[in-house]
This record gives sequence, C-alpha cells and structure tokens, in this order.
Amino acid sequence: MTVILGQMFTGVSIGAVLLLIALGLSLTFGQMNVINMAHGEFIMAGAYTTYVLQKSIAGAGLSLIVALPVAFLVSGALGALLEWLLIRRLYLRPLDTLLVTWGVSLMLQQLARDIFGAPNVQTRAPDVLTGNITVIGGDDPLTFASSRLFILGLAVAAVVALSLTLRLTPLGRRIRAVVQNRDLAEVSGISTGRVDLTAFFIGSGLAGIAGVALTLVGPIGPTMGTNVIIDAFLVIVVGGIGQLKGSVIVAFVLGVLQSVLEYSTTVSVAKVLVLVAIVAFLQWRPQGLYTVRTRSLV
Amino acid sequence: MAGTAALAAVVALSACGAKTNSGSTSDKAAQADTSGDTIKVGLLNSLSGTMAISEVTVRDSLKLAIDEINASGGVLGKKIKPISEDGASDWPTFAEKASKLIKEDRVAATFGCWTSASRKAVKPVFEKNRSLLFYPVQYEGLEESPYIFYTGATTNQQIVPALDYLKSQGKKKIYLVGSDYVFPRTANKEIKAYAKANGMTVLGEDYAPLGSTEFSTIANKVKASKADAVFNTLNGDSNVAFFKEYKSAGLTATRMPVVSVSIAEEEVKSIGSQYLAGQLTAWNYYQTTPGAANTTFVKAYKAKYGQDKPTSDPMEAAYTSVYLWKAMVEKAKSFDPEKVKAASDGITFEAPEGKVTVDGASQHIYKTARIGKVGTDGLIQEVWNSGKPIKPDPFLKGYSWASGLS
Repeated sequence: MTVILGQMFTGVSIGAVLLLIALGLSLTFGQMNVINMAHGEFIMAGAYTTYVLQKSIAGAGLSLIVALPVAFLVSGALGALLEWLLIRRLYLRPLDTLLVTWGVSLMLQQLARDIFGAPNVQTRAPDVLTGNITVIGGDDPLTFASSRLFILGLAVAAVVALSLTLRLTPLGRRIRAVVQNRDLAEVSGISTGRVDLTAFFIGSGLAGIAGVALTLVGPIGPTMGTNVIIDAFLVIVVGGIGQLKGSVIVAFVLGVLQSVLEYSTTVSVAKVLVLVAIVAFLQWRPQGLYTVRTRSLV
Repeated sequence: MAGTAALAAVVALSACGAKTNSGSTSDKAAQADTSGDTIKVGLLNSLSGTMAISEVTVRDSLKLAIDEINASGGVLGKKIKPISEDGASDWPTFAEKASKLIKEDRVAATFGCWTSASRKAVKPVFEKNRSLLFYPVQYEGLEESPYIFYTGATTNQQIVPALDYLKSQGKKKIYLVGSDYVFPRTANKEIKAYAKANGMTVLGEDYAPLGSTEFSTIANKVKASKADAVFNTLNGDSNVAFFKEYKSAGLTATRMPVVSVSIAEEEVKSIGSQYLAGQLTAWNYYQTTPGAANTTFVKAYKAKYGQDKPTSDPMEAAYTSVYLWKAMVEKAKSFDPEKVKAASDGITFEAPEGKVTVDGASQHIYKTARIGKVGTDGLIQEVWNSGKPIKPDPFLKGYSWASGLS
C-alpha cells in the first residue's frame, strides 16, 4: 500500500516538474503561438543563475530563495530581448520563428559552455530539502522527499499566480484579448506590441523559475534545456493550445502515467508507452484536451 | 576535370612522401609520423556532455604524465606532443575523432575513452588502422583487442572482488541499478551468474538512459525490494540524481549500502559527500593508497591543477598507461605498434597503486583490488584489499560460473 502511495506521490512530483517547465511555454506558445525552441535555454539560464548565486551567497537555503526572483528576472529579460530583437519581426511566420529560435538556442548553449565550462555543475540543496517527511510511520514507512514537496509547492504557486494574473489584472485582460482577436484588440486601443513583450517576459521568467527547481533534481549543464523542451511541448500540445487548465491536468496525468508504467516496466519502456498513449490520444482529439473557442476565421 | 585528377595525384604523392615508409598505399594502415624531434600522441576524452564530469580529469592526468616524461627527456629522444580531441559523450563522435587522430595527425598511440560504448565505437577504427589505444578505465571484461591495452580493471580485478566482499559481509540480497548501455548490462549479466553460483539473490535490475536525472521511481523500487545492498553501475552525472533521490527516500549506507564501480574521488566531490558518506566503492587505487609513488603523484597533480583537486583510479590508470607505453617503446626501440605490442609482456612500472605488470597475452595489467568507504571529507578510505595484484582474466576463464557468458 505504501508503495502505491509513494509511487503516486512520485508521479505527482514528476507532474509538478513537467508543469513548471511547460508553464512558461503555455504562455508564449499556447497563448501567443510562438514556437520558441530557446525556451529550454531560458530554463538553463535559471539553473545557472541559482549556481552563480550559490557561489556568491553563502548558505544554500538563502541563495535558493534569492534565486527564485533573480532567475525570473534574468530569464524574463533574455526572453524579452529575444522577442524585441527577433520574434517581433517574424509574427505570422511560424516556420521562420522555429528556425531562428532554434539557432538562438544553440548560441545560448555555446555561451553557457564558454562561461561555465562544458562539464555539468551541481548546486548544494539546503539541508531542509535533502531529507524527507514521514507521512505514515511504522514498519513500512511512507515518506515524501522534501525537495519534491518544495517543487510541488512551487508549481502550484506559479500556476495560481499565472492564472490570477491572466484572469484578474488589466494586463491579463489585454493578453486574453490579443490571444482571442489580435486585430480587434488593436483597434480597441491595446498596444499589442507591448502586450506581446510583457507576455514573453512573463513566460520566459517562468522558465527561469523552472530552472531553479531543476537544480534540486539533477545536474546543471549547457544541454539541460534540450532534454526537457520536448516534454514541455508535449504537455502543451496534449493539453490544448492556449489553455492553462489543459496543461495542468496533462502534466499531472503524464507524470502519474510515467511513474506507474516505470514501476511495472523499465524507464525506457515507460517512455515509449507514454509516447504511444499521447499519439493515440491526439488521433482521437487532434486539438488537445481543451481548445479556445473564438469567433476568428483562422 | 583532368586538372582535379592531377591535383589529387599530387596531394596523394606528397602525403606518401611525408610518411617514414613511402611504400604505403591507401589500404594499408595509417602510419605514425616519426619524423622530426617530437612524437604526437592522441588524447581522446569527452570534454563536454554527461561524461565530462569524469573524463576531463583523465585528460588532465594524461597531460601530467606527458609533461613529466618530456621534462625528463621524452621517449627515444623525442618530446611527446599531445593532440587533445573532444569525444563529446557521443559514441559516433569518438569514432570520428579517433579516425582523425590516426589518419590526419598520424599519432603514435592514443590514450582515452571512458564508457565501454565509446571504446566499442573506436575499437574497429584502431584495429583497421593498426594503431594503439590505451584504455584507462575499469570495464566489463569479455573483450580482447590486439590494438587496445587495458590499464583499468577487468571484471575479476574489480566486480568479482566487490561481490566477494559483499558475500563476506553477509549481504545476500542485492539490487542492480545501472545506466542503459553495454557496460552495466554486461556487468549485471556477470553479477547474476556470480549470484546464482554463490547463493545470493538478485531482487531487481533497473536501467536508466545515460544522462537521465529522474530517479524517484527507481529509488522507490529499490526501497520496496528491501535488499541488503545495491550494486550501482550508473555512469556520469546520473549518479548525482540517483544519490539525491536515494537519500530523499530515506535510504542510508547503514540500512542498505550502495557499492559503486564508477564513482571515484572526483565524482564524490561533484555529487557531494553528504549524499555519499559511508557508501562503498570498488577500485584498484584511492588517493589515500599508501606508497611513495602515490605521494609523488598526488603532490604533482595538485601542484599542477590545484590543491582542491582529488586524484582517482581512472586518473591513476591513465597516468600509468603513458609510462607503460613509454617503457614498451623504449624496450622495442621503435614506435611501430607491432613492435611495441611484441615488447609489452612483462613490462613493469612502480605506479601510484603499487607495482603493475603488463600481461602481454591479454594486454591487460596485474592490479590489486581495493574496496573503499567514502568519508565525510570526500576521500575514500580502503576497507579491504586483495593482498596482491590479481592476474587479469578478461574472459573469466578461471571461474566455473562464468562459463555460459560471452
């Protein structure tokens, strides 16, 4: 019994990691339809920010807390710069955007290699996050890893913050207006250029937060972004483009599916089965779990 | 068109002329460039990617040996000129770079490779071109290439002694965790054969892709199995993620020790000794191994690369391999791979791990097995050794339980 519960928790925690890496993308790809291949490198930037802060600030706990806002700003600024320099000029040209951002992703990887060296680096997790919390004691205890609980909390907080921003703030209203009908939003007096820039800043900043979380799980390296970017796109596509709740549900479903299959088979077989399940699902619902209903003709 | 052909002919002719043996044709082995007062050797290591954590230190150690040899006059009066190539943790890249070192740089010998996958990828390249590779890392055995010298441990010098040690400690139920490629899969096949013959049970066997960082499910499986010990053949920085999850799952070295065969001092430093203290390792050398040769080696390494840099088994085996090559070349009085091979049997060297002897028949070396325990200071202290160097037996011919393996 504790094994099943422990494995469910593992699934939820994998889901939380998936959700964090996909959340920023749900804004830039989901809402704005920009295929940003450099999203993974913004995650990497967040992770390296944590590493640099830990080198300069003594105390693993404090540096992790400081890293969250700083990584958000660093990755957000990188994203805004990318939007302003390149993506802005390529709206309505999705294939060009894909190629250009892929090139940017390669450049950022090389930049990381030049600055931090090719070997992967590690951060020290604060002591509170290296242990576990016993949920059910006794002979066969059920324990939850503290670092995973922290990531889960972070993911929930990020989702809540993003959905409240989209739903309640003037900025969120403008973003939704632009997503639903760009031309109409523009004639209503919304500066779509500025909305795009801000949305891109927030989406890339969330990638930075995901990068901070990933330092608690594994090593930090120049190619860490490419390892997660496919998973992030999978979550968005299956969840339905432009829908936050779709991404949330799919991230957790995929996480639990992965962990359950991995427990009964092996890592590689579980990955294959999850991909088969995704392909089958998209045959049935090519538009994903949820879709935005708009009156636009395209 | 005719102009191009003529140009090609000129290039081909001039290439032949530069070689010491001008009779060579394209289908013959690429020959080392022995003209001039330097001799080139290749260093082939992953300087980027998931294996860089380990392989960069091997490259540094090879350079140290080369510098020392050059300072004392070189080999046959020639200074060694190292050409370093990055295998990038990618096996086809290793093969491509090996080919480049042999054919374009025309090196006299190549030192490097870590994973067995990379060694298997370059093996045909070295055999086809009849050029020598010195491989400095422990591996799964069951291999002998006429053009590879293995200066790391083979199975009966590392994995078998580690299993003997577990058995002597009363650890009967073991769980196998490894990276998904040739070394862990072959090693685990051997471990299962050993277990069957020695009354041990293997409760489970799990593989993660090389570079994988998601180990929570594997940690849960290991925990639920209630094994006595874990035999870990993970490579590269997957180990970082694995030991973080292991500790998070509440597993400790006292409750369920992990024996690792790919974690040395450098990896302990990267993973963090707080995750590894008390865990076991199986090697032939530790930084703490006593002896004058080791004191000199550790001191020289730290002087060159920094006081905080540890030395480890693969680094030591790499360092030793350069000196063994030098001794073979001097005995053969030639850089010709065939003559070097013929001279190799019985060559000895006072290595940091103790005196090593080359077994010419298998092209492996005699090594002492040592089990160590990771300390809180990040160094590994020996808890057991085999007493004397063990004769290499890559095909495990001396073990009846291994008869079905291939």
